[in-house]
This record gives sequence, C-alpha cells and structure tokens, in this order.
Amino acid sequence: MTRRRTLMWIAQHALAIALALMFLGPVVFVALTALMTDEQALTSELWPRQWNWANFADVFARSELLTWTVNTFLYASLATLFMLVSSVPAAYALARFRFRGRRAAFLVVISAMMLPPQVVAVPIYLVWARLDLTDSLWPLILPMLFGDAFSIFLLRQFLITIPRDYTDAARVDGCSDVRILFTVILPMARPAIAAVALFSFFYCWNDYYGPLLYAGVDQEGWTLSLGLATFKAFHSVQWNLTMAATLLVTAPVIIVFLFAQRVFIEGVTLTGVKG
Amino acid sequence: MVSTRIAPPPRWWRGEGARALLWLSPWLVGVALFFVYPLLSTVYFSFHRYDLFTLEFIGLDNYRYAFSDPRVLQSALNTLWLVVFMVPAQVVFALGVAQLLAKLKSGGGVLRTIFYLPSLVPMVAGTVAFVYLLNPATGPVNQALARLGITGPDWFGSAAWAKPSLTLLALWGAGNTIMIFLAALLDVPRHLYEAAAIDGAGAWRQFRSVTLPVISPVLMFSAVTGVIYAVQYFTQAMIASRVASGATDSAGTTFTPGYPDGSLLTLPQHLFHTGFRDWSMGLACVHALLLFVVAMGFTLVLLRQFGRAEAAS
Repeated sequence: MTRRRTLMWIAQHALAIALALMFLGPVVFVALTALMTDEQALTSELWPRQWNWANFADVFARSELLTWTVNTFLYASLATLFMLVSSVPAAYALARFRFRGRRAAFLVVISAMMLPPQVVAVPIYLVWARLDLTDSLWPLILPMLFGDAFSIFLLRQFLITIPRDYTDAARVDGCSDVRILFTVILPMARPAIAAVALFSFFYCWNDYYGPLLYAGVDQEGWTLSLGLATFKAFHSVQWNLTMAATLLVTAPVIIVFLFAQRVFIEGVTLTGVKG
Repeated sequence: MVSTRIAPPPRWWRGEGARALLWLSPWLVGVALFFVYPLLSTVYFSFHRYDLFTLEFIGLDNYRYAFSDPRVLQSALNTLWLVVFMVPAQVVFALGVAQLLAKLKSGGGVLRTIFYLPSLVPMVAGTVAFVYLLNPATGPVNQALARLGITGPDWFGSAAWAKPSLTLLALWGAGNTIMIFLAALLDVPRHLYEAAAIDGAGAWRQFRSVTLPVISPVLMFSAVTGVIYAVQYFTQAMIASRVASGATDSAGTTFTPGYPDGSLLTLPQHLFHTGFRDWSMGLACVHALLLFVVAMGFTLVLLRQFGRAEAAS
C-alpha cells in the first residue's frame, strides 16, 4: 500500500467512526438520563451519580404503558394481517393478468400512495363518527381490508420480476389462479411479503397521527405513541422518567430488528432499487 | 419448463379481464371508499360550514377566510421550507454517508447497523429525545458546545432554529435512505470506474460522470418519497412543539400549535387543528385541498424531471 492510500484509509475510517459516534450519541445520553434520580436529571450533569434502575419500573407503575403496548400490538398485527390478505391478491392481479386498464389501475395505486392522508381525513372521519367507531382504533384497522397502496406497489414491483414461464407452466398443468398464487407465486415472493409485512407493522407501531385522530381521550384506548407524547406533560419535571419511557417504547422495535435484520435490509433495498 | 402460450379460454368470463376484476375488487372498493369518495366529499364540504352538527352552504367564504388567514400562509411556507431544505439535506447527507460506507474495506457491517438503527426509533420517541438533547440550558449538545467556548442556540425554543433542529433529527433518521443508496452504489459496475480512470478521470469526475448517472433513478425515487414525506410532515413537528413548549394538557385541546411562534406549524398540522380541535370542518377541507394541490404539484414536477433524466440516459 502506498502512503497516500494508507492516509486515505485512515481518513475514511476516522470519519466513519466519528459519524457513527454521533449517531450513537443520542441513544447513550438518553440511556444515561433514564438512569438518573429525579433531581439529577434536572441538572446539567451527564453521568448518573447513582444508577437508578427503578426508574423503568416507575414508568410502568405511573402510566398505562402495559395497556398501551397491548393496544399498539393489536393495532399493528391486525392491520398488517388485513393488509396482507387484501393487498397480495391486488398486487397479483396487477402483476400477472393482461387486461385493459392495467396501466390506469397502476397509476391509481401510485396516486393513492402519494396522497397525504390528511387530505381526505375530514370525510373519512365523519363516516367513522356516523358508524360510532371513533374513540377506537378500528378506523385505522378496518380500511386495511381494502388494500394498502404502498404495499400493493411494492408487491407488484416484486411480482413482475417472477418469470411468466413459471405461471404458464402451472396453468398448462391445469392449476387455477388461486392454486398458482399459493403454490407458485407466494413461495417465490416470500422476501417481498415479509418486507411489506414488517414495514406495515412498524408503520402502525410508530403511527402517531392515526391514533391521535381516532383513539379518543380515554388513556385506556391509547397506543404507545400517544402515551409517550403526553408522558412529558404528566411528568413535566421528570426528564429521567420520560427518557426511560422513550427507551421502553423503542426497545421492542430494536429487538425485532436484531432478529429479522436480513428481511429489513432486503426490504429496504427492494423499495429503492426496484422503485 | 414449458413456455408455449396456451390458447385463450373460450368463454368470456374466463378471460383475464374478468378474472383481474375479481382479484382487484376488494381494492377497487377501497379506492372508491377511501380515495374517490372522500376527495369529492372534501370539495363539497369546502363550500359549507360544518361543525359536526349543522351544515350550511356558504359559497366561497371558507376560501376567502383561508386565504386571508396568516397562519395558512405561514404553515404553507413552513411545509415549503421542509421540501426545499430538509429533503435535499437528507438526500445529500445520505449519499455522502453511503459513499463513505461503500469505500470502507473493514468494519462496514457494524457501521451499517449503527447508521440504520436510528431510522427504526419510533418518531415520537426520537423527537422527545432530541428535544431533551437540544435543551438550551441543560442538554448535552449545548454543554459540549459551551466547553468549546461556543454559546449554543435555543434550538427548539427559537423560531429561527426549530426547523434546522428537526432537520438534524431527519439526518439522524436517514438510515433507510443510506441503505438504499449504499445498495445502489455497490451495484455500479466496477469496469465503468476502471474505464474512467484509464481516461484520466479523478475521484470527483468519476463520481459525476459514472456514479451519479448510474444511480440517478434511485436518487430520484428518494427525492420523490422524501417530498411526499415532507408534505405530510406532522408528527415530529407537533411533538417538538408540545414538549418544547411544556404544554401540560393531555389531549392537545388548549395547546397553541406550532411553538415557537408558529415556526413548526406545518400545513397538515394547521388542517388537523382547524378540523379536529376547532371542529371547523369546512374550513379544514379548504386546507386539505391546498395540501392536495401542493402534494400533486411537487410530485408532478419531480416525476417530469425523472422522465427527462430517463430520456437523457
């Protein structure tokens, strides 16, 4: 290696490590504050004088964190399940069948994907209010039975890469559309389906706007995002508890990521490259 | 594998059009219920005064009111700021980090995970954490700056710094974009660089003439999704305002949105407060149509640029 290349190597790694430390910084400071006593968290000290692990238990004791976790989990898993059941068939049709209006249908998918949800919020809210379903998370879950534009788009992008020969061969063997979907398409599309399911789950887990609109004022029906957003208001001087709650809300996401890392990375590159 | 085209089925209802319609039907119902109907309905309500109880036709009054409301202008400008500054900052930053990661020969895996993880942190949690970190008096960032002899800004407490603070949060959460760019960069054929090097192209020239053209579809995709995201930007702005202002109500009913001085009031937030906190739903529909025009405008411009770039290459 020449001198110049060695210097480049050092410079690149130094820069990368410095950046990585800046990315880790927020997490470290949040964790340190989460472990401080009430009084110390109000000072400008950065290192806990004593490690107050009880703060985490305190968060559970003083808020509905457990209920919010259950609500969030139900919302995210039901919405994801419904999304899959409704979006996979639509993506299958858009990717596999030749019909007039196929391009138009795809343009509708893209337009729906680009529409900010707030644009259509008022009329949709009024419908749910008439059905007496506001003050619950159902208005966020039930629409997923009718397909989700972003998921349909991603699945369709993946499904068109599956060679037609496979489905044609199955058709010659006398398979119905349903059987082709289950025995040919689904097994091949596993990575895309896993990625779309994960995205949907995480979107719901993190969603704040939806629950803010529909979950109502009763804390029993809140999600983690709603609860955390108001946590600081109820415990206004206790930054340590707020930070502990922040960590507790984040932890499940990180744990899932560490177990399903490959699905994530595949999914992310799927969105970018195929897009 | 047999790849012969088989003859089309004899009966019309077994043709692909009818079958496609069958498979698409749940989604088509969804499009009608959650896309077409509410869009038309929004136009209808925009000519009415509606507070959940009485519906009254008032012609263009909502439009007149909205266009003379300084907060509509302010929130539109804030949303525009995000599109013009935050999105490009995020794309450029992500491209820089991805480029750096692509060059690293060792330690890449761990670093990738570190850069990706923050993008998974729930938006509310990330925002609350940043308001704490950027706390003007006791936050670690300003303390570090003070140690260097610099008086840090008020961050989320000042109208001038609030949006840049959110931009920092956006850069921290750019992991998704970084990974997309990294995958694209690693896909650029090596021989193109070698050919360029033989022609005497330096690093910058190689980046401009080889890297950028090859990854431009990916850059474009990120720009489009970034703009869509910026136009709907809601959660982070709202949480930052609430936490930084020390609002103590729980449901956000008495809280003045956009703290400090309306600098974080985005268009979707103004719509939300008008429609669902003040219950002026007709007026909120005017805001919604404005948001619709802004979103469609930006997307069309970007898609057209995209088409031009495709045609040029």
